[in-house]
Amino acid sequence: MSHRTYPSDRDIWSLAREMGLDPYPVLFESVPAAVLYEFAAYLIPGRMSHWSYGKAYHAMKTRYDYGLNKLYEMVINSNPAYAFLLESNSDLENTFVRAHVMGHVDFFRHNQCFQHTVPDMIDVVSRHADRVRQYEFEVGREQVERFLDAVLALEEHVSPPGPVVGRTGRARGRPERLHASIRGADWGWRPEPNRVPEVKAGTEQDDDLLLFLLRESRHLEDWQRDIIGMVRDEMLYFWPQIRTKIMNEGWASYWHVALMREMQLTDDDYLDFARLHSQVTAPMMYQVNPYALGYAIYCDLEQREGRDAIFLARTVDDDVSFIRNYLTEDVVASLNMMVYGAEQDEVILKSRAAEMVREQLVRELVHGGIPVIHVDDGDFNQRGELYLIHRHEGIDLDIPYAERTLHYVQQIWGRPVHLETRADHKRLILSFDGKADSKVVL
Amino acid sequence: MAGFVPDWSLQRKGATDQRRHLEKIKQALKERLPDLISEESIVASDGKRVLKVPIRSLEQYKFRFHPWQGDRVGQDQGQGQPGDVLGKLPKAGQGSGKGGKPGESPGVDYIEAEVTLDDIAGLLFDELGLPYLKPKPQASLPQPTWKFKDISPKGLMGNLDKRRSLRENLLRNAKNGPPKVGGWRESDLRFKTWVEEPQPEDNAVVIAMRDISGSMGDFKKLMARTFAFWMLKFLRTQYQAVEVVFLVHHTQAREVTEDEFFQLGESGGTKVSSVYQLCQEVIETRYSPARWNIYPIHFSDGDNWSDADNRRTVEILETLLPVVNVFGYTEIREGGYTSTLMSAFSRVKHPRFRMVTITQRQDVYPALKTFFPRKEG
Repeated sequence: MSHRTYPSDRDIWSLAREMGLDPYPVLFESVPAAVLYEFAAYLIPGRMSHWSYGKAYHAMKTRYDYGLNKLYEMVINSNPAYAFLLESNSDLENTFVRAHVMGHVDFFRHNQCFQHTVPDMIDVVSRHADRVRQYEFEVGREQVERFLDAVLALEEHVSPPGPVVGRTGRARGRPERLHASIRGADWGWRPEPNRVPEVKAGTEQDDDLLLFLLRESRHLEDWQRDIIGMVRDEMLYFWPQIRTKIMNEGWASYWHVALMREMQLTDDDYLDFARLHSQVTAPMMYQVNPYALGYAIYCDLEQREGRDAIFLARTVDDDVSFIRNYLTEDVVASLNMMVYGAEQDEVILKSRAAEMVREQLVRELVHGGIPVIHVDDGDFNQRGELYLIHRHEGIDLDIPYAERTLHYVQQIWGRPVHLETRADHKRLILSFDGKADSKVVL
Repeated sequence: MAGFVPDWSLQRKGATDQRRHLEKIKQALKERLPDLISEESIVASDGKRVLKVPIRSLEQYKFRFHPWQGDRVGQDQGQGQPGDVLGKLPKAGQGSGKGGKPGESPGVDYIEAEVTLDDIAGLLFDELGLPYLKPKPQASLPQPTWKFKDISPKGLMGNLDKRRSLRENLLRNAKNGPPKVGGWRESDLRFKTWVEEPQPEDNAVVIAMRDISGSMGDFKKLMARTFAFWMLKFLRTQYQAVEVVFLVHHTQAREVTEDEFFQLGESGGTKVSSVYQLCQEVIETRYSPARWNIYPIHFSDGDNWSDADNRRTVEILETLLPVVNVFGYTEIREGGYTSTLMSAFSRVKHPRFRMVTITQRQDVYPALKTFFPRKEG
């Protein structure tokens, strides 16, 4: 039993600032596993109730109970930031986790994807939860649940406000005003030789399915519009985290190493710390470990261009531009990265070339790996039908899933809905009118 | 705000939402009961096997990409070369149910609930009830009874067990010196204590009757078996002891073993009155209606020999009805018209007589609910 004292929250925060980080104040709380896993399942404490979160909680908690995985912490993007530590962490683990959290909180504060997130989201979600509970009293629990089932199925289809100001949104009028031509051409990230500050404007309202439904569906009651708005707000809050997973985890990993090196650790503690770090950055077979990848890229970048360069990246990039700009051959080779995919009924290793890895990874990360669904027409056939277009970027939709998701769109829209996509290189229109599905190949 | 520390454990919703999710699984299983209970593998199982039941309604559908299209980036140990085979693709459409819904082929990995026979039984029995429980004669109503059966070192003075207390005292003294009685201590005392006698439970007898004439094919046998399986299982949860008498008949009736009952297939004609007659004898000689809850159930395709015998059958049935709890007639046929026997029975208007028709597997479930309706009696 070592009796040495470890640096306090305050010490670690000050150390982080001395080394150039600028995190929000951080409040650390030790909580039991059941609480930590619950926060992780809901992504933020106090969020509205829904069985799908219960399902996630059950799955995570079961894995923990069987010793299959362990969360050390959970950090909330707010000001002050909250970080929840597992009660059973050792002192050294907690020191390590605190250092790691400093990286996250600095990232939340400075990466420009986060510039629109509100500083008091915990309060916001708990007000949301209160309102949802109120609606459950007013219209019945089943009703609210059924509606939430539909809205949550579409929650990913929002567009975060871009850095550009001066949009005159608020188009409260008729659906026609919102049509726009398909702007597919300027969507994809084309390779560019120099670094691209890649915070995507992406403000087209017609890519914001939830916002469109909220404003334009004539079928909704006030409580339903409110629920769509709440789910959308919550998604917008999480959206930057989805877009910067590699950068954010990499930044936190880079800084737990940098900060721990500054502390006077005993040899034993240093060994334990090294073990923790290698656990976190261990390769996951046939996946990419975002901690390892982000960490390796920052280290490589710092070596080549100095510490200022990594601070610049942390401020202006998102995962897509980060990978495009900084994933070098050295990093690809050191992490044994490769491209693989299906050929007939086998999975084949296709390439280890840095160029291929970079291109493929960017493709996976674009739009958070979520298909882009664009609202084309809210008065299709002049009958108030909704016409959606999936912006096909090389990979088909999972059609059975799309068919069933379309039911949810119809539930909210109230009139027949159509989704145009491509499957097996043919144009395909899926429709649902509330009673029957149909599928037309063009 | 200074010094305000929220109590994070008050925020907890996980357990409630988890319960709601489990409730939804249960609900989804309930909706599938008609299929589940007539699943051959369940009826034939030893009750330990875990079944995987796909639940499509709980899948969280989203617009998502085709799971196996396009390439991925991953990490490995660095040993593989381009062109190496890393694995096989899961087979398309694997595990999708019969009569698959629209193009169930790509990544249909719907949720599967793991259920045991007991889970299914639990769900099913929630839906069933026991109608027409017979009121017992006043004299045989069991009084709550207590018996002094146990001994305890603590108790009421009035219940002191003198013999045992003396023995304890003597034993203790003998251990420490001369064996004598005296020098009492609290710890020597022993008291009689009572235990509640389990109340005598009601008993039930099922008289299962089956038509084994030539016209009863495999499907009919399976349906009879499935129905009887759940019926017995249900009654066993309701009564302390359930006896079963198995009777089969073609033109003559006889008593057989359980195995024979479900397996026998014979040729020949059908005379239903023969088995009702035998049923009546069994009740008269072995199962006094005053002491037994009696559940006769008859499986047949209704192909009876003659109208005269139908009339005879109805006569016997009418004498049986006042003494039984429920008399069930289950007509199992594969399509076709209402049988002459069923037409004859349909004139019997008695609340304890239940008639159902099973023409497909899914009918077993409503049939059980007809015999054992939840809210009655």
